[in-house]
Amino acid sequence: MSALIEFHGITKSYGQGQARFQALRGVDLCIEEGDFVAVMGPSGSGKSTSMNIIGCLDVPSGGEYLFHGTHVERLDRNQRALLRRHYLGFVFQGFNLLSRTTAQENVELPLLYRGESAGRRATAARQALQQVGLGGWEHHTSAELSGGQQQRVAIARAIATRPTLLLADEPTGNLDSQRSHEIMELLNSLNRDQGITVLMVTHEPDMAEYAKRVIHFRDGQVEQDERLRELAS
Amino acid sequence: MMFWNSLLLALREIRRNLLRSFLTILGIVIGVGAVITMVTLGNGATQAIKDQVSSLGSNLLQVRPGQRMFGPGGGGAPQFKLEDVKAIRQQISGLAAVAPQVSRNATVVAGTNNWSTSVTGSNLDYFTAGNWALAEGRLFTPEEENAGQTVCVLGATIQKELYGSSSPLGENLRVKNFSCQVIGVLKAKGQSGMGRDQDDSVIMPLRAVQRRLLGSRDISNIQISVANADNISRVQEQLTTLLRERRRLGPGADDNFNVLDTRQIADALSGTTQVLTMLLGAVASVSLLVGGIGIMNIMLVSVTERTREIGIRLAIGALEREVLLQFLIEAVMLAALGGLIGIILATGASVLLAKLMQVPFTFNPTINLLSFVFSAGIGILFGYMPAKRAARLDPIEALRHE
Repeated sequence: MSALIEFHGITKSYGQGQARFQALRGVDLCIEEGDFVAVMGPSGSGKSTSMNIIGCLDVPSGGEYLFHGTHVERLDRNQRALLRRHYLGFVFQGFNLLSRTTAQENVELPLLYRGESAGRRATAARQALQQVGLGGWEHHTSAELSGGQQQRVAIARAIATRPTLLLADEPTGNLDSQRSHEIMELLNSLNRDQGITVLMVTHEPDMAEYAKRVIHFRDGQVEQDERLRELAS
Repeated sequence: MMFWNSLLLALREIRRNLLRSFLTILGIVIGVGAVITMVTLGNGATQAIKDQVSSLGSNLLQVRPGQRMFGPGGGGAPQFKLEDVKAIRQQISGLAAVAPQVSRNATVVAGTNNWSTSVTGSNLDYFTAGNWALAEGRLFTPEEENAGQTVCVLGATIQKELYGSSSPLGENLRVKNFSCQVIGVLKAKGQSGMGRDQDDSVIMPLRAVQRRLLGSRDISNIQISVANADNISRVQEQLTTLLRERRRLGPGADDNFNVLDTRQIADALSGTTQVLTMLLGAVASVSLLVGGIGIMNIMLVSVTERTREIGIRLAIGALEREVLLQFLIEAVMLAALGGLIGIILATGASVLLAKLMQVPFTFNPTINLLSFVFSAGIGILFGYMPAKRAARLDPIEALRHE
């Protein structure tokens, strides 16, 4: 398995002078393709900052970040946007669907930015919705869907582009335990059947149970890194 | 490709917020509507005045005693005599018609109908100079003119008021204490530039009116039609020189008569309406500017309100310039849509108001196109700042925004 993500001595600090806050204090990390990683840790431990850097939404203050061997810290804003567009899928805690927009249109959005034709957008979006178990709900707006369904739409949006890496930031944070387990099953199957690498931040240990590898952050550093299941080779 | 996507996204956004979109563009709608309506009506009014003045006759000079252009002729200044008219005819070349005139208001009676009108005495040149055409009958003969016989030619209004649909030819029309025979009826010309009904008059030979109505040989007004428009200023100068001589005015004395070119009146009047049109247009375009500020306001609110949405777009891979373009296109589309609705409303309003104000309606493509382009330009101008702000957002901050 080749390394998808490599962190070499990544540091990140916010603010200036007295108000300076060191969020990451030299993180070394390597995540292989096909892995399913849960990132845990208390708030302020640096897990969200790491996720933002991995997701190319933020840049490190120091160190090297290689994505597929590309130095992300050397890319500019637009190049990072293109990297997100082509390789990454995002799932957020708050779902973050466009309001007053149908499920279909939400899922088509990233395809639109990739310049897919209207016909291919529609097909891919329908397929993705089918995959998350929302076939037949294409024309419902977010307000007409339950929380679990909204998160499914968000996942459909993230996988419609067939990304290499799916980043999920507390995907079950706003859901009850049954819906949470359903979402985790869904992520698990995407990882298992489609080989999408999944990186998930979570507070809940029983959600982390689904992962193949759990990384604990504390005080801006990796505290513990345990492998629950072997990577299929 | 990127452009069409942004266009699609902008369209979706407008459709998603129909009411707000409509309220946003209301300012532009009103602005464009006001500008176009004002300019169209103003141009119509100018056109109306030009038409009416040209219907008075072509290449006309009015010679009147007194120094003032308008108002009752004369004051203390001596009136003209027939000898003045003869002298003009003999000494100035290039004249198509020289029509001495006198007129007096009088009540005319036919059968049981009576009508108060102006009775004008003149010669055959009157009809040439004033572009009058006969509807029926004939004009007076030179013999009738010279003898001052009581024959008369009626304006269209008189015929309508006194005789209705029947022909007045050969009938006797009583004017004050004498009666005259109707020999012809003129074609209608309508209102003059000053709001006077030109068809409301009875025309008789000059001598008849002088003798029967005025009891004097004075001539209050001479209308002169110049054959070639290029000669108007030359004729005007020669007339002035000649009349100064005949009226024995010394080199230092002011003219006690004036020679007026009808074109000058037309130019003066249409100049006034053009200035008014520009002024009204300028006032209206201020509202267009206000409309633009309204768009900027809403777009700024919209950017704040949609911060999270912008964050989502940026996170899933929208480029800065794609977000910029989307918001810019949204603003321009709103503004252009407002411009389009404004044009439609203005056309309707102009047609209606033109009818009401009795001015001709002419569709002016320039001002319509200009207003449309201007409103779209306002969209770019006032949409750029909010769009730039949206595109510059930090995706992490934007996603965290509540």
